[in-house]
Amino acid sequence: MAFRSAVITFPGSNCDRDMAVALSEISGTEALRVWHGDAELPERLDFIALPGGFSYGDYLRSGAMAARSPIMRAVVEAAGRGVPVLAVCNGFQVVTEAGLLPGALMRNAGQHFICRTVPLKVENSQSLFTAGYEAGEEIHIPIAHADGNYFADEATLDRLEGEGRVAFRYAEPVNGSARDIAGVLNEAGNVLGMMPHPERAIEAAHGGSDGRRLFESAIRGLVEA
Amino acid sequence: MKVRVHVSLKPGVLDPQGRAVHHALEGLGFAGVSDVRIGRLIELEVDDSVTDEQIDQMCRQLLANMVIENYRFERA
Repeated sequence: MAFRSAVITFPGSNCDRDMAVALSEISGTEALRVWHGDAELPERLDFIALPGGFSYGDYLRSGAMAARSPIMRAVVEAAGRGVPVLAVCNGFQVVTEAGLLPGALMRNAGQHFICRTVPLKVENSQSLFTAGYEAGEEIHIPIAHADGNYFADEATLDRLEGEGRVAFRYAEPVNGSARDIAGVLNEAGNVLGMMPHPERAIEAAHGGSDGRRLFESAIRGLVEA
Repeated sequence: MKVRVHVSLKPGVLDPQGRAVHHALEGLGFAGVSDVRIGRLIELEVDDSVTDEQIDQMCRQLLANMVIENYRFERA
């Protein structure tokens, strides 16, 4: 059965094409493209991706405007039904603003936009998105953000850790994130938000392919399901 | 009627922008500043019929992020 994925584009998204290429190449089926103003998602989706970028120019707060766009109502509803949602970088900011994931992404502690490849530690290798990795494995994925400083109150952080919902952690301090958290899962495990860009590391020409397994394991898990 | 919504970071939430501005003030030679925190002022032009409750909802649903921010508003 063909894998049906959709990449949502907001005004100011700039990693939507990279995300669509990653999903299309790795799944073998062209990813569908959805515009933020659409009220409905394509039918029978297996996978939704919210890409990086600067939706609405980061007006008000990063991701704040996109989180209230028409298509996000449909994305929240689909996530509630269990459709997997991968939210990368600005996408992560959008899903926290939309309430799909706890916490918030604040300005990097050092104030600077950071654009480099960082080491990540895989904390949870049991999720749909991370099953292709070993727990504790160190991988290298590019980041490119100014607002990646993950914040949540202590009780929320304890709960995330206790429930195995920290998917990735920076292996070294990068942006001031609480407990060096780089990616978190929702309670049901079908929504992953992460600041690093796995779609920018899917082949050797990218300088590394550690992101490829995230897509491979998710696609395999869904096609076999 | 004008409504001024003041959005500020919750106490305890680190404010890197405020810290950088604090350092800059010190660099300019201003002494005696112990902390700087940066917030946002949003001015709304609203009909008289808009209730405080509705403004509250605007703040909670969009103007402030309740995870990290507090808000208050006043009618001018």
